[in-house]
Amino acid sequence: MLSQQDMLEAERLGRSVKSIYVYEAPVRLWHWVNALAMVVLAVSGYFIGKPLPTLPGEASDNFLLGYIRFAHFSAAYIFAVGLLGRLYWAFVGNHHARQIFMLPIGNGQWWSEVFFELRWYLFLEKTPKKYVGHNPMAQLMMFFFFTVLAVGMVITGFALYSEGVGLGSWQDQLFGWVIPAVGGSMQLHSLHRLGMWIMMTFVLVHVYAAIREDIMSRQSLISTMISGWRMFKD
Amino acid sequence: MTETFYEVLRRQGITRRSFLKFCSLTATSLGLGSAAAPRIAHALETKARTPVIWLHGLECTCCSESFIRSAHPLTKDVVLSMLSLDYDDTLMAAAGHQAEAIIEEVKKKYKGNYIVAVEGNPPLNEDGMFCIHGGRPFVEVLKETCADAKAVISWGACASYGCVQAAKPNPTRATPVHKVISGKPIINVPGCPPIAEVMTGVVTYMLTFDRIPELDRQGRPKMFYGQRIHDKCYRRGHFDAGQFVEQWDDEAARKGYCLYKMGCKGPTTYNACSSMRWNGGVSWPVQSGHGCIGCSEEGFWDKGSFYDRVTNIHQFGVESNADTIGKAAAGTVGAAVAAHAAVTALARARRKAGETEHAGEK
Repeated sequence: MLSQQDMLEAERLGRSVKSIYVYEAPVRLWHWVNALAMVVLAVSGYFIGKPLPTLPGEASDNFLLGYIRFAHFSAAYIFAVGLLGRLYWAFVGNHHARQIFMLPIGNGQWWSEVFFELRWYLFLEKTPKKYVGHNPMAQLMMFFFFTVLAVGMVITGFALYSEGVGLGSWQDQLFGWVIPAVGGSMQLHSLHRLGMWIMMTFVLVHVYAAIREDIMSRQSLISTMISGWRMFKD
Repeated sequence: MTETFYEVLRRQGITRRSFLKFCSLTATSLGLGSAAAPRIAHALETKARTPVIWLHGLECTCCSESFIRSAHPLTKDVVLSMLSLDYDDTLMAAAGHQAEAIIEEVKKKYKGNYIVAVEGNPPLNEDGMFCIHGGRPFVEVLKETCADAKAVISWGACASYGCVQAAKPNPTRATPVHKVISGKPIINVPGCPPIAEVMTGVVTYMLTFDRIPELDRQGRPKMFYGQRIHDKCYRRGHFDAGQFVEQWDDEAARKGYCLYKMGCKGPTTYNACSSMRWNGGVSWPVQSGHGCIGCSEEGFWDKGSFYDRVTNIHQFGVESNADTIGKAAAGTVGAAVAAHAAVTALARARRKAGETEHAGEK
């Protein structure tokens, strides 16, 4: 539905218009804040599981892991609150703001475009299609490897955080059930760490695909996330 | 009825004056005020001791060994004064049919009013034949005995979670008590074994207040299993400072730094070891220089090595942890991305070359 809408929009506006406003300011702001939070989360999280070498001096002189954990928890709150804000914007923003939250799985046209994109990435299609928002393949990836995974990371993350805050805290009341559900605290730690690696692998693909499409599909992607306008080169 | 607490105390030579003093002191220390003292006295004078049947399934008796070493309160006091341990085949003098008759007697006499404490668990494979109690599968005895009980206490990791006999592949299908018994309040007291004072503490609480202690989601008493070892660990300062033992014989080990990197399971284990310690407060694993192995956590035998922090995930094969899987995935995808970029560049160059050729022909 969405991509159809995109096509209509692009068609209606025709070739005379070289740019369309896609990402509204809150979406762009969220994207970059979220990206920064994710970098902080991944790096600090890595060092929480595998701490740096021991520091010299008395314990009272150092607070390294304390600071690393603080960075992780702060970034996690920003990540979680940002996600909530982004969800709110999906309701009030333009239709592109809803793309990463729902898939038009009942739409045959959309599926055929998913497979078109798959062929395009496999070098089986010569000319790329242009999309105003995410291309269907990107939307699919975005939904599973970002939206679903991010929600999973927030749930497992707050469950782990509840262990430190203690029984009866709101974190424990809302997310404490996750610990016995996955079979214990150790499993939860492992799953959360695995989630980090999947997320980082997604980031790798996401950045590559954005740069590649920017060059190959003759439309702007990276600058679109800064200015909000998608430019079409022909 | 069995004797009341008061009768037992008097029999042990405690004067009424000391008894009333004890009641006032208890009321004060519980923050109930002086008005509660007569009520405590009344309760102790009239309440009968609660009979306890202690059953043994598939287990190693380490729970009993721990229990009888309790210092606060002394097990002697718990066993002889506070509760009426009517049946415990390890500790009792009776044997054979004489012993088994006691279970029947307690069931009839105190219907709905006795506590069943279970050490170990019932194996369910082969109709329960892997554990025979008095000539019958233990699971049958357990179900029958629990049928008329007021509450059930699951002692140790065996009864609470299954422990080593339930470790993969669990050939006898050893099953925790709460998966066999339903409709009764079940208190899980995990640990291999649980701390002696935790065991007697749970029993004392139940007898004093006549109700089961507040339990968490996994049925464990909150007062002993509400926090992780890590939250109360005396080495926690070194964790926050980032000071770790890297090898068993390094300087940091001698200085008593945090054992996190040596695979200490303190951060993922709920128990009271770091606050109550063991053997009357003498020591506990981390104090002795070895990390916690997480013995009070569900399925702790199947959760990877005791000696690494980012540990193996069972579903992903023998030597895989989150980091190896993650790095493999990121590496593979990274290589794929690089290859894809190279092919893209090549294809683009070829097409451009083709375009210029065509342009030249025109």
